[in-house]
Amino acid sequence: MNTADKKHLIDAAGNHYLDWLESEAIHIMREVAAECSNPALLFSGGKDSVVLLRIAEKAFHPGKFPFPLVHIDTGHNFAEVIEFRDRRTAELGEHLIVRRVEESIKRGTVRLRNPETDSRNAAQAITLLETITEFQFDACIGGARRDEEKARAKERIFSFRDEFGQWNPRAQRPELWDLYNTRLHPGENMRVFPISNWTELDVWQYIAREKLALPSIYFAHERQVISRNGFLIPLTDLTQIQKNEVVETRIVRFRTVGDISCTCPVASDAATVEAIIAETAISRVTERGATRMDDQASEASMEHRKKAGYF
Amino acid sequence: MSAMISRQVLQASAKRYGLLRFITAGSVDDGKSTLIGRLLFDSKGIFSDQLEAMSQTRYRHSMDDAIDLSLLTDGLEAEREQGITIDVAYRYFATPKRKFIIADTPGHEQYTRNMVTGASTADAVIILIDASKVKLNDNGRVTLLEQTKRHSVVAYLLQIAHVVVAINKMDLVNYDQTVYTHIVQAYQEFAQQVGLENIRAIPLSALTGDNVVASGDKMPWYQGPTLIEWLESLSVYDDCHDKPLRFPVQLVARHHGHEAHGFRGYMGRIEAGKVSKGDKLLVQPSGLNATVKDILMLDRSLESAAAGQSVTLLLEEHLDISRGDMFTAADHPARQLKTVTADVCWLSEEPLDPRRKYWLKHTTNQVAARVTTIHALLDVNTQQKHPVNTLQLNDIASVTLNMQRPLIADAYNMNRSTGSFILIDEITHQTVAAGMIRLNGSGVENAS
Repeated sequence: MNTADKKHLIDAAGNHYLDWLESEAIHIMREVAAECSNPALLFSGGKDSVVLLRIAEKAFHPGKFPFPLVHIDTGHNFAEVIEFRDRRTAELGEHLIVRRVEESIKRGTVRLRNPETDSRNAAQAITLLETITEFQFDACIGGARRDEEKARAKERIFSFRDEFGQWNPRAQRPELWDLYNTRLHPGENMRVFPISNWTELDVWQYIAREKLALPSIYFAHERQVISRNGFLIPLTDLTQIQKNEVVETRIVRFRTVGDISCTCPVASDAATVEAIIAETAISRVTERGATRMDDQASEASMEHRKKAGYF
Repeated sequence: MSAMISRQVLQASAKRYGLLRFITAGSVDDGKSTLIGRLLFDSKGIFSDQLEAMSQTRYRHSMDDAIDLSLLTDGLEAEREQGITIDVAYRYFATPKRKFIIADTPGHEQYTRNMVTGASTADAVIILIDASKVKLNDNGRVTLLEQTKRHSVVAYLLQIAHVVVAINKMDLVNYDQTVYTHIVQAYQEFAQQVGLENIRAIPLSALTGDNVVASGDKMPWYQGPTLIEWLESLSVYDDCHDKPLRFPVQLVARHHGHEAHGFRGYMGRIEAGKVSKGDKLLVQPSGLNATVKDILMLDRSLESAAAGQSVTLLLEEHLDISRGDMFTAADHPARQLKTVTADVCWLSEEPLDPRRKYWLKHTTNQVAARVTTIHALLDVNTQQKHPVNTLQLNDIASVTLNMQRPLIADAYNMNRSTGSFILIDEITHQTVAAGMIRLNGSGVENAS
């Protein structure tokens, strides 16, 4: 790629498409603030929720956010991400609520066959629903995008959840123009996705334009991994090395950041946002396809998790 | 490697042309999902893991080796089991010219509400006609399917700016120009009745790809643009900038205690026109005058801002203004309507009950409203109008509503944002209707 192309790619300053996406997201967040009585913003430290924080700053400056930040901690997170989560929250001076899957396991509401090693990704949904009940949240703002996964492609921006927190794709409210129906009965709630219309590339271009900080594991670094079924499995305390598997050190970065037990890095030497944009533009594999073992379990994995209260 | 670079450059330069939102509408089996799959596939919007997932899918309809492109877009389990599309799905792709958002809307009659949903934000619509299914009558005339008519009427009522008729499955009629010409003729006549203008027709085959992205060599008799070339060429010059200012207040921000010294900002998105520092604005419905002291975007102060931007306005005066109020151009105020005539599309399985009141959401305002008169139901197949006493799912009718408080509004054909509303059932909280305000006899009244 020559320099001119590269400059083109990164120079998103005059990108009207990004302005449009940003303004739409601000509009959505302000609708939540105006119409929902007790909203929260889900902040994991991942890149999509970092974008959400920027949108919230733009929506409410010079005021504070009209909602707390919430993180559902699986207990199996990358240390760099948790450190970043706490640092970013402190910089903004916003209030962060953390609830742990571990607590749900202790309560007995989350049951896992092997609590130490099983993925806690799906269990997050239970802890999230418990947190919604605890604080009586009526809307949770999340960073899910329609380009991520085929079940998400069918999501509304204001996604209705019944009293069991469940998503019923056949019972979603039609969403017309920018007129969002936020009316709920007690016990029901909304998931709101202000960056529904963004793609992975849009997110990275926005991060470049706004010069947003991210956890270090998004950038190329050395890591011990095991190659398995096309994935690079990061070597962690949870990793069970199988026979004939070799631990190797590779230069990798994470495209998504989720539960340690099911998130895999990709081989990459992209150490800057600009280099990541260049890689994203030519990637032939979707973000989740490259990195998420939980989506591979069956063809409808995400659909099933969403129906159970997941994002 | 050269192919890879061209894709980088392609996506990068897309920003210069902006965004186009379009919908696809067609009857069952018109090949809509295949067309979208083809657009994504040929513009490299499909990723290799998605292709792999398709080949592993449990619900394969096609027994031959060709990839069934429709499986890419049929997302939910229930859909794959039944081989149908049950909801609006959104897809994203880019070409060298611009970025696109597709709303994939189902053609089944019971899901028309989803087409209305997709159409409400669309700049363009692709209406699919299956060339192999259209019957040529003895007199050489063609009878269009009811769904084709329904979709066209929806496109007209929702004022989608650009319409293309994609005559699909040309491979099944030997790429015969006569078949194409007859269908186009029949459609043009129908479009004229409905009021649709500037129709473009393109013969294509989503299955083989002819005239979708590349022209192919099967239809030398067709000289026009391919589907993607047409989509790329559309002007979405937003004439919203030239219209009088419309700024519905979303939120009022107050800080630092004392009102007199404190910060009071009016947050919202400019839906039409522009605003500059020093402008004298009208506040509706109060009729007060306001002077713009500052326009804020995060920590920046802007000299002016225009349609599409979400900003915060500060005023010289201390006025009582709240959510639901609207700043408008003093010389071109919006209409203040206590009763309104509108076209509504009924979206709920529970029929309209004219005795009940509904919540009406319009811009950032919600008021109680009641349908006082149903003027006429539009039969979308015949374009005939009939008197009715109620409205059922998928009905489209002209009605008059009476509001508890006036709306600050424009005609839908003047301004989509200030001319549209939804009705919400106050008991079930379902969105039951989509409405378009008519002030000048357009829409249903004008049809046929």
